[in-house]
Amino acid sequence: MIEVKNLSKMFDDLVVLDNVSFNVTEAHLVVILGPSGTGKTILLKSILGIIPVDSGEVLFDGKPVQSAKESEIYDIRRQVGFVFQSTALFDSMNVCENIALPLVEHTKLSSRQVRDKVQEILEIIGMVGKERLYPRSLSGGMKRLVAVGRALALDPKHLFYDEPTTGLDPIMRDRIVQLIIDLKKDYKKIGIVVTHDLDTAEKVGDDIYLLKNGKINKLKKIGKEVYNG
Amino acid sequence: MNLFSLIGDFATFFFRSLFIPWKFRTSKDRILEQVYNIGVGSLPIIIIIAAFTGLVSTVQATYQMIGTVPRYIIGTTVGRMVLIELGPILTALMVSGRCASSMAAEIGTMRVTEQIDALEIMAIDPYRFLNLPRIVGTFISLPVLTIFAEFVALLSGAVYAHYFLNIPFSVFSYGIIHFFSMRDFFGGLVKSLFFSIVIAASGCYFGYIVKGGAKEVGRAATYAVVSSSILILVLDFLVALVIFG
Repeated sequence: MIEVKNLSKMFDDLVVLDNVSFNVTEAHLVVILGPSGTGKTILLKSILGIIPVDSGEVLFDGKPVQSAKESEIYDIRRQVGFVFQSTALFDSMNVCENIALPLVEHTKLSSRQVRDKVQEILEIIGMVGKERLYPRSLSGGMKRLVAVGRALALDPKHLFYDEPTTGLDPIMRDRIVQLIIDLKKDYKKIGIVVTHDLDTAEKVGDDIYLLKNGKINKLKKIGKEVYNG
Repeated sequence: MNLFSLIGDFATFFFRSLFIPWKFRTSKDRILEQVYNIGVGSLPIIIIIAAFTGLVSTVQATYQMIGTVPRYIIGTTVGRMVLIELGPILTALMVSGRCASSMAAEIGTMRVTEQIDALEIMAIDPYRFLNLPRIVGTFISLPVLTIFAEFVALLSGAVYAHYFLNIPFSVFSYGIIHFFSMRDFFGGLVKSLFFSIVIAASGCYFGYIVKGGAKEVGRAATYAVVSSSILILVLDFLVALVIFG
């Protein structure tokens, strides 16, 4: 369980997060909705201690992130797979090496076992046969799929998706949405999705929150009117 | 940022990059990759620079001394000049221009495209992953390049002296060998070890602290080369003072 308690963050005079609190309980995928530029990515990175907060704390299964030592933070982060909006794939590595990196760094698997695991992930994300390609040769949607694959490498407990469908064509968007749903249903991968796309939020979210003007509120139903008022 | 905080940050960054668990099993390939990139990759330009350094040194030494001293002294002068000063410093400045800038640009680009954030989120220490291999790779490569450059410079000087100055190989090499001092040779190598640290640390540091976009990445590459070049000259003086002063 992830407990986010009263997170606050300001940049100069701009309040980005104002006492933000919510929980990610077992078997739940939480969606944070909000218009672009409201601080959704900052919230996601703050939860993992990448961006320091002004006040508040996050507990991963009861373990605090903000007051943790570096080694403890790394232990917590190993339980999380993160899909960046920009994908953040390593452009000097091919698809196979990108997905294999966390396995090589954190496990003692033989190269044969790493290859098998990568193959298994490629099948899940539907990218078999593309393992030798470099990120520069992939479309935006394919990069997003590889980023999901890399996030899955260590078999994390939680997955964080930062705008997973933004800028994709409708077919690829549906493919990513279906992948998120399948990962939740078949592999019990729950976590947080931040998006401004109402359609994606409605399809994948168990609990949906709106982040606006630094405040977070749980939504009972969503429609275009959530961005108004 | 004032100069003192910059020096403090730079030193902290350097020690943070080096004094961490190396995880040699996964780091060794990246170190070897850097040794190849820096060492083998710099070899063609180092050969050209060293060859011309040897030629110019021989021309200058001959111009200043011929007729006033025995001819083998030309070999001695060129040899000591190359071993003590020109070999280490020109190699370092060339590697700085080639490698410090590329390190800053590469790491800076990784910073602005969130690849360093991705490492942190994957619980991979970016200092160990990015900086350590570059610092160790430069530390291994630069002294080897320096020895190579010194050899090429002396060879080109000897060839020029033989064919154009009527100073036979035997006379030129007698001048080098007869007055050869291990202190000269190792003094030059000690310099190159210090230079390697400032080259790699500058490249990594200015790349790592990039905030912004393409313009800032370009600026980081410039800072890396300028700062490492200045530090090379300062260290050259300090090491010379300690070893030869």
